[in-house]
Amino acid sequence: MSNEKTISTRGRIWFETLAGKQAKHRPSVPSVLVADTTLQKERVRFLAIVPDPENRFPCARQGQVGLQEGWNLAKQIRDAIKADENGEKRAIIAIVDVPSQAYGRREELLGIFLAAAAATDAYVSARLAGHPVISLLVGHAISGGFLTHGAQANRLLAFNDPGVTVHAMAKNAAARVTRRTVEELDKLAETIIPMSYKIEDYAKLGTLYKLIDGVKVDSPEPEQVEQVRDDLSAAIADARSGQRDLSDRLQSQGAQKNRIATLVVRQRLAAEWHSN
Amino acid sequence: MSQPTPGAASSSPPTLRDPREYLTRKSLVELNARERAQALLDEGSYRELLGPFERLESPWLLQQGVVPQADDGLIVARGKISGTDSVILAIEGQFQGGGIGEVSGAKAAAALDLALEDAKRGQPVQVVLLLETGGVRLQEANLGLEVIAEINSSLIALRQHVPVVGVIAGMVGCFGGMSISASLCSYLIMTREARLGLNGPEVIEEQSGIEEFDSKDRQLIWGVNGGEQRHATGFADYLAEDDVAAIKECIVQAFGRGIPATHRSEQVDDYLKRLAAIDVSHQLESSEIRKLWSKGE
Repeated sequence: MSNEKTISTRGRIWFETLAGKQAKHRPSVPSVLVADTTLQKERVRFLAIVPDPENRFPCARQGQVGLQEGWNLAKQIRDAIKADENGEKRAIIAIVDVPSQAYGRREELLGIFLAAAAATDAYVSARLAGHPVISLLVGHAISGGFLTHGAQANRLLAFNDPGVTVHAMAKNAAARVTRRTVEELDKLAETIIPMSYKIEDYAKLGTLYKLIDGVKVDSPEPEQVEQVRDDLSAAIADARSGQRDLSDRLQSQGAQKNRIATLVVRQRLAAEWHSN
Repeated sequence: MSQPTPGAASSSPPTLRDPREYLTRKSLVELNARERAQALLDEGSYRELLGPFERLESPWLLQQGVVPQADDGLIVARGKISGTDSVILAIEGQFQGGGIGEVSGAKAAAALDLALEDAKRGQPVQVVLLLETGGVRLQEANLGLEVIAEINSSLIALRQHVPVVGVIAGMVGCFGGMSISASLCSYLIMTREARLGLNGPEVIEEQSGIEEFDSKDRQLIWGVNGGEQRHATGFADYLAEDDVAAIKECIVQAFGRGIPATHRSEQVDDYLKRLAAIDVSHQLESSEIRKLWSKGE
């Protein structure tokens, strides 16, 4: 296994802190935590993927998103969609701390790409049905792990902390694949925003709804936890009044500044789409 | 599977072929992305949007010493397939391994959104994705990741209104985040030359060791990722010959079936049951999965 994978406890810490003691836990596999509770007046289903050293899939024991994780996430989200079919749509909050997807032969043979698609589908379907889908990034949010668990939220929040990272590939691996040293990679990231491993830089792309400052992520103070609850409640309210697709991200100041190419593509393609 | 088996429509090839067949076949795999789109659209109907003369290239590559391409490696072509309005999104596998960057990804996501508007207005357009990609283009890392999330979101919204057909012809195959997109298509067509996986063999070997996956073992690779295995185990709906006419015929057949009653990515209880029934205490053989998950189960 890669030396970059240290087992993180942040997902569990924040799941337990936010879901709290009054939460009703739902049966699932040990690596997918699910609890129903309320946040201010909102009904919320919290979801987290956490390490399970006993996971029957050996490549998914350190919190990676594997087959069971993708399919069980899909199940838990779809159950909420179905239960709320004719009523108020509860909020779904993903606590995100995923080092990567699971890198294994069993996973590929049994279709991990479809498990990832199933969770993606469930999150998107919840969002399109009117559930506010919120992601709170408390640790790593890497590559296929993040695409499966976190990336499809109406509103993304992240702690402004060096341990919080969004990226397409863990740093050491990315350096090897692009034939650069880690130092060269860091240097590039100073000028090329999407290459950066820093969450402040990720925030510049306009995808984040909020970067939360001043929280001790590994051992939060009670007033910090209250602040995070307020932030999540505000995000839910904001999602309810926003678009159900991801277009709000493109309206952000960050996107207007740093995703100019995206906006030009969208504008010109729309113009050419119907012309002959 | 509870729904009718999707793969049943494809023909199983004879073991011995008439050699003359090879002379009349026209390979799709040997064509570049633009030629593929031209070959699949009806004669004279091809119209490229955001073509190379508009020079919408990646704003991030030159600073990293990589020469950008004027279409950023993704062709958007409108036209007709057997007389029906269609759009083909063709990824160029020869440019950066088909890696998805800000511009190429935005082209795809925007096209899917425009097709959704058309479908909602009652003027549906058929969307075909030609997938040859390693996933996120690492030089545009987080924007590549973001646009793939946007593609997946738009694809799921669109396929509720009109089927979306994916084609993995080869030789690059379809890996990384885009393997998720492939699995979200209403129907997926593969050739024997195509491969599909979330993590490619080299990445697995590097991350988990050679005993987990020997990336030099060609038989293992094709047994895991190859089109024949993917079709036999229900992850692809059609196994097509590498022939323009044969692939086009599969596309037409797929659209003819309409929106699936249940998309594969919605068959949650079924797949959870299948996973629970498999003993994973040892490495699995391709043949085992074929036996357990062969079509009609």
